[in-house]
Amino acid sequence: MSPSTTTIKVRLNGKERDIGEGHTVRSLLESLELHPALVVVELNKEILARDAYGDTQVREGDNLELVHFVGGG
Amino acid sequence: MTENTDALAQARALDGPLTIGGHAFPSRLIVGTGKYTTNQVMVDAIRASGAEMVTVAVRRVDLDRTKEEGILHHLDPKEFFLLANTAGCYTAEDALRYARLARAAGFNEWIKLEVIGDQATLLPDVAATLEAAKVLAGEGFKVMAYTNDDLIMALRLEDAGCVAVMPLASPIGSGLGVVNPYFIREIKRRLHVPVIVDAGVGTASDACVTMEQGVDGVLMNTALAAAKDPVRMAHAMRLAIVAGRLAFLAGRMPSREIAVPSSPLEGMLD
Repeated sequence: MSPSTTTIKVRLNGKERDIGEGHTVRSLLESLELHPALVVVELNKEILARDAYGDTQVREGDNLELVHFVGGG
Repeated sequence: MTENTDALAQARALDGPLTIGGHAFPSRLIVGTGKYTTNQVMVDAIRASGAEMVTVAVRRVDLDRTKEEGILHHLDPKEFFLLANTAGCYTAEDALRYARLARAAGFNEWIKLEVIGDQATLLPDVAATLEAAKVLAGEGFKVMAYTNDDLIMALRLEDAGCVAVMPLASPIGSGLGVVNPYFIREIKRRLHVPVIVDAGVGTASDACVTMEQGVDGVLMNTALAAAKDPVRMAHAMRLAIVAGRLAFLAGRMPSREIAVPSSPLEGMLD
């Protein structure tokens, strides 16, 4: 199912966002122009395995954290 | 071959690699990737430092900004060995969360464990560090633990299964150098796992003095990133680390507070 014009509310990196209904985690990352191999996803406080991105539906009220590596010491 | 690479090649033949957790690193210098003015300066400085292992931090993707801010757009993970850190964590629980996210990135199971206890000094919360180290080692992580220059805690972290223990030279970002060389030497004398001095080195002489204490390596970030010319400083640090290491291995002359002539007293003219 492709994302529809109906939207759902999710919490994305700490902020409420309206996104199209029907997204998988993979299609959501693609819509945000993020490379799935460079992002780690925490879905409702659980780390989501990368090979599950395509099969995991994003649902109303989900809490997603998208993290990556940045410069640090 | 330039004079420098020749000297470095000769020096390398007089010292072994830095071996941590079964992995041999050609350089005893580990560098951070934070606080550089540009990504290009960062990459140039890291290359100049000769370091293979580089630290990175785990943070939220900034969804409102450029998609190029992730460090892996600039730093090739095939060229460098990534050591993710738990910087910014103030509890064991947070450190575990960041470590697990870092491992899920899929590069390796190594983590620079850092649990901060105080915002003003950024000194480590050693109790929380130990608690997190035990859990992470149990989960198969190769833990390199940032800690105070405290022998007992260093021993506890080794017992917890850390592959390296990393006492500070002085507070993070302070550039004060080794404030307590005696404690650093004592930690190195007593531990079996590698001892990496992490934080506080300000300039090349600090790095050299640190290595002269006999430790296995040095981890630095601000000393390079905040230098006026990070690439030049990275070269200097590379040489200082090698110089300090060789001086330690060579065994220094005894110091004494009297003069001793270097030339013969005999054979002087009347």
